[in-house]
Amino acid sequence: MGEVAEPERPAVPLLEARGLEKHYGSVQALDGASFSAYPGEVVALIGDNGAGKSTLVKTLSGVIRPDRGQILISGNPVSLSSPLDARAHGIETVYQDLALAPDLDAAANLHLGREIYRWWPPLHVLNKPEMRRRAVAAFADLGVELPDVTAPVATLSGGQRQSVAVARAVSYASRIIFMDEPTAALGVVQRERVLDNIRRVRDRGITVVLISHNMPEVLAVADRVEVLRMGRRVARFIAAETTIEQLVGAMTGALTTEEESA
Amino acid sequence: MTRLAPDVPARAMARSPLVVRRALSAGETWVFAALIILMAIFTGLAPGKFLTLNNLSLNAQTAAPFLLMAVGETFVILTAGIDLSVGFVLVLCGVVAGEFYLSNGGPDASVGTIWVGAILGLLTGAAFGALQGFAVAKLKIPPLIATLMGLGVAEGLSYLITGGSDVRAVPNTLVSSIGTGYFAGVQWVIIISFLVTLVFGLILAYTRFGRYTYAIGSNPEAARRAGVNVDWHLIKVYSLSGLMAGIAGIVNLAYFGTTTISAHPLDNLTVITAVVIGGASLFGGRGSMLGTFIGVFIPVLLLSGLNIVGVNQYWQYILTGLVLGAAVYLDQIRRRLRERA
Repeated sequence: MGEVAEPERPAVPLLEARGLEKHYGSVQALDGASFSAYPGEVVALIGDNGAGKSTLVKTLSGVIRPDRGQILISGNPVSLSSPLDARAHGIETVYQDLALAPDLDAAANLHLGREIYRWWPPLHVLNKPEMRRRAVAAFADLGVELPDVTAPVATLSGGQRQSVAVARAVSYASRIIFMDEPTAALGVVQRERVLDNIRRVRDRGITVVLISHNMPEVLAVADRVEVLRMGRRVARFIAAETTIEQLVGAMTGALTTEEESA
Repeated sequence: MTRLAPDVPARAMARSPLVVRRALSAGETWVFAALIILMAIFTGLAPGKFLTLNNLSLNAQTAAPFLLMAVGETFVILTAGIDLSVGFVLVLCGVVAGEFYLSNGGPDASVGTIWVGAILGLLTGAAFGALQGFAVAKLKIPPLIATLMGLGVAEGLSYLITGGSDVRAVPNTLVSSIGTGYFAGVQWVIIISFLVTLVFGLILAYTRFGRYTYAIGSNPEAARRAGVNVDWHLIKVYSLSGLMAGIAGIVNLAYFGTTTISAHPLDNLTVITAVVIGGASLFGGRGSMLGTFIGVFIPVLLLSGLNIVGVNQYWQYILTGLVLGAAVYLDQIRRRLRERA
């Protein structure tokens, strides 16, 4: 097929997965999956339910370890044994469930696990004013308006919570942000906001990996699309030259463009 | 909402409607109001007897071990856990210290010996709590069961060690200082319990340890993904609860001059009620040390008031149980309202 994307981009992907395998009991979640993300792009990762998207994302963000295969960052093999490892490489994830602590305020959530301390740091006395200041700045950077960064996240709207999670990822990601179904729970207006957020993040030079079910959304915001089916990458497209029919074809197996014999 | 209270004052000055809103939504305000009403009722029923400096001071002494245990219990409940073992660990720690004193000079033990015995008691509590924390965090035994198990073990150990009879050979110096002594006109028992509450209240509100305690109770998975070592933190929290029961055990030993083995079967009821009345949610993530501090005095003053008014004191347990149920029911409603919002 002519749609196969052979990207005119740096030869070395920022993040690359080669031949990842992961099985849970008899279920082969990843069966030689490959994936690549290039610097400064929005790449969508799509696939039907059970195609292995979540497993692949968890593998690449350090939540689970693959049974086999290689992960490379800027061409160098790395081992991601925990989310902290992934973070150390500048990889952040906005989880589908957002992973926020509802009783803590937005500033506390933004800094969770990365608190700022005052006085003699080993005492671990929180520098709340500084964290609040940075949170306000981070939200302003994203163009997000929160009425009160000291209100528990549970009191915020779905869209605002989403913004908190995105702002957290953006504040720390230096290279890549994974967004797992970021718009699944949102209304139309909020959905647009998230897509704007994704573009803004990309414009800062951070690569965004968007996991989504929503084909129009994918084509609207992504530069490239990689398709996963039955634990394997089956197609790659340049979004601007691709139709929804082609994406659906690749997802359902009507169309296979690569790695059939892998 | 309640958790934010310590931060509020500075900004609150600037915007007064917010102060009012915050104060009304803060759990502590309501608990405090309930406490005042309770005191008003008993003052009315027994004028000149209930609201006296003497009686209040006596109540603060009675409250001391409960307050100490409630400090630890607050941390545990904030993580969405529960520690049923507190009163029994108190006894076990007192027994360990008491037996040590018995075989090291008894009533005439030196100050050095007193310290060693006290530290042994505290270590017993911390280690016992850590084991319960291990059961919760690593073995994934629900806190209710893990600490119920611990309760049985602590009770059994106390009886095994003492052979069932209380150790009364408590060092005189311990009794006359911490037990019944004063510092600057205030009983040591009161000073110790208030000071410990203050220190751990500050730790809860202003340090990483406190922040992680709230975070874990609020969403353990989020905390884990944010890099918090959830299991280790839980072990520390349960160990802290054991340590607090240990301090309470030493204070109790000094105050009564005996190990009071069989006198603490319902301490856990009192302590958990106090924490829950104080605004801590059994679902974790919400509550404060100030709330607990106020909450402790409700069951204690209830007992004192009933005594003074001449009601059989066993009514206290019934009322405490009912109050616990009511407080949890209110929390459920609060939570449902919030989730709907």
